[in-house]
Amino acid sequence: MKKPLSIASRIPLAAAAVGALITVSGAALAADPIRIGVIAEAQAIAGASIPQAAQLAADEINARGGVDGRKIEIVSYDNHSSSADSVRAFQRAVNEDKVNAVIASYISEVVLALEPWASRLKTPFVTPGAASNEISKSVHADYEKNKYTFHGYLTSAALALSVCDAAKDLLVDKMHMKSAVIMSEDAAWTKPLDVGYEECLPKIGLKVLDHIRFSPDTTDFTPIFNKIEGARPDVIITGISHVGVQPTVQWKNQQVPIPMFGISSQATNETFGKDTNQAAEGVLYQGVSGPGVAVTPKSVPFAENFRKKFGNFPSYAGYTAYDEVYYIADAVKRAGSTDADKLVTALEKTDWEGTIGRVQFYGKDDPFTHSLKYGKGLITGLMLQWQDGKQVAVWPKEVAKADVKFPSFIKLGN
Amino acid sequence: MRVFQILIDGFAISALYALGATGFTLIFGVSGVLNLSHGAIMVAAAVAAWAAASILGVGTYAGALIGVGVALLTAFATYFAVVKPIQDSRRIPNEEKEIFVLTGTLLWGIMIQELIAYFFTNNAKTVLPIVEGVVEILGVRTPTNEIFTAIVCCLVIALLWLLVNRTRIGKAVLAASMNPRGVTLLGFELTNIYIVVWAIYGTLAGIAGVLLGMFLGVSSYSVGPLTASAFSIVVLGGLGSVSGSLIAAFVVGYLETFTAYLVSPAYRTIPALLLLVIVMYIRPQGLLGRR
Repeated sequence: MKKPLSIASRIPLAAAAVGALITVSGAALAADPIRIGVIAEAQAIAGASIPQAAQLAADEINARGGVDGRKIEIVSYDNHSSSADSVRAFQRAVNEDKVNAVIASYISEVVLALEPWASRLKTPFVTPGAASNEISKSVHADYEKNKYTFHGYLTSAALALSVCDAAKDLLVDKMHMKSAVIMSEDAAWTKPLDVGYEECLPKIGLKVLDHIRFSPDTTDFTPIFNKIEGARPDVIITGISHVGVQPTVQWKNQQVPIPMFGISSQATNETFGKDTNQAAEGVLYQGVSGPGVAVTPKSVPFAENFRKKFGNFPSYAGYTAYDEVYYIADAVKRAGSTDADKLVTALEKTDWEGTIGRVQFYGKDDPFTHSLKYGKGLITGLMLQWQDGKQVAVWPKEVAKADVKFPSFIKLGN
Repeated sequence: MRVFQILIDGFAISALYALGATGFTLIFGVSGVLNLSHGAIMVAAAVAAWAAASILGVGTYAGALIGVGVALLTAFATYFAVVKPIQDSRRIPNEEKEIFVLTGTLLWGIMIQELIAYFFTNNAKTVLPIVEGVVEILGVRTPTNEIFTAIVCCLVIALLWLLVNRTRIGKAVLAASMNPRGVTLLGFELTNIYIVVWAIYGTLAGIAGVLLGMFLGVSSYSVGPLTASAFSIVVLGGLGSVSGSLIAAFVVGYLETFTAYLVSPAYRTIPALLLLVIVMYIRPQGLLGRR
């Protein structure tokens, strides 16, 4: 039988053990990672780029030593495009996985469901792709409660402006178009978008002949296109995100002679070309950035690195999600803490040159509190077109790489 | 002009519905199985055809064949892995087997749907049309592929009719749908007949799936609606009645097209569902159903 250790020899041993424990936990504290929860539609064409781009940003930041020695850790959750799944993921992210901030979803309905949870759980939350005006209007309406939500993508109102600005230059001034039909899916984000379209299209000289809203589960677009053709517009102004592949392919198969121009979220992802068997040829869509487009010096390297790692160029929400990880990290650095309220204050002061332009948020007194500032020198958006199987910038002229051109079945000036 | 448009568009979609529903009703008529993984098998065919043509680059025709092949394999898997074990089981009471098959095929369909979403995303895919371009019919610009779709659907249904009514094996299948016991007494192995029926079913669902992928495009989300539409067509026509299903497919197809053109595309499916409810009230066995 071994002789038990004497008291005298036990005390230093215990002290050493406790000391070791303290040192270990102290070291752990210093290197405690900054955790960012990413909740996204991993199976959807526009949402799939969100967790990928966030991870890419985190890897880059970590490779450079992290934020004051703290690594960025991305915890991602697939929400299956469902609000209920997203809310559960948000609760789990905050309560169990202890994230410091959340980046979530390109679907407005999902973001609007998460917004109250960001308030209840007091967790800074940024969306990379939803557009509904209501997101930032709610922040304005009850700032103290909802200040945790940031709108990291353009509001529908700003998107409509961006489309109209581009339409004025490309369609009205260059091609002398005079009339349009609005075609949009029935969803939260298109309500303010359509209001914006109805308001700005006549101002730039495009008369709105008809306005077709259709259910997002529509599969046969033949009657819709026939109805539009019957109205004889010069252009179809689109507001589509949940649908994309099917209307585009049917537009081509039926050889609808009218160009499509506007928001088409799925068209922002490079995989759209393959999904539509290149029927996307000639489709014009609004984007915040795009392959080969140097919106800022960061845009092209990001798109190229993304492609190297994941095999395709990112969707629009990939660019914004990538920027978001960077400016959240930047805000943590400036705040010197991951405390939610301090982080919110720091995020409000964001002035970050990202891949989509210069990111700043509207303040408390603006009706769109915490949404991205739109305008020259900040973010204006671009117009891109699918040409020869590639996404090419055609507007504004500072970044344009080619002129607008259409497949042969498009008859201009009907 | 609009009348012709409705007639032409309605015909193509109705023919496609008819093809999709025929196999579904045949399986029920012969073996009493309501296969709720029907939509999943159609989507699997379309996505396989798309993947083969667009990712592997095997070409349109080979892609379409691969799509049909995948549907055939999936149909056999459905029979051997899901339906047959339930039918053969001694632990499930006979009177509960139908509900077990219903639940089993439903779950199987969800599994296929999730697998497709996992590997190919839940985004819509479209199969490259076999014939491209458009033609003018009575002043209506119609995609050539739409005509091709309608012709293939009618041809396949005609071939099926010949197979069932003019060949020995077809007659055995027909007999099995009337009196399974009688067929076994005549020396036919019932399992073999079921295998033939599932093979016919898989081929029909595969062709319908690939054509649908060319015509409208499908995504993993289409699984539920496709099963539901086949189910309502078959119930409307009378469970197990092939000719009833054909008539019902055209009724539903045209009703939807009328609604989409004359009312609003947003309400497309509603009148057909209302009709189904009304028929259930006044003629529960369906249009041509057996009592």
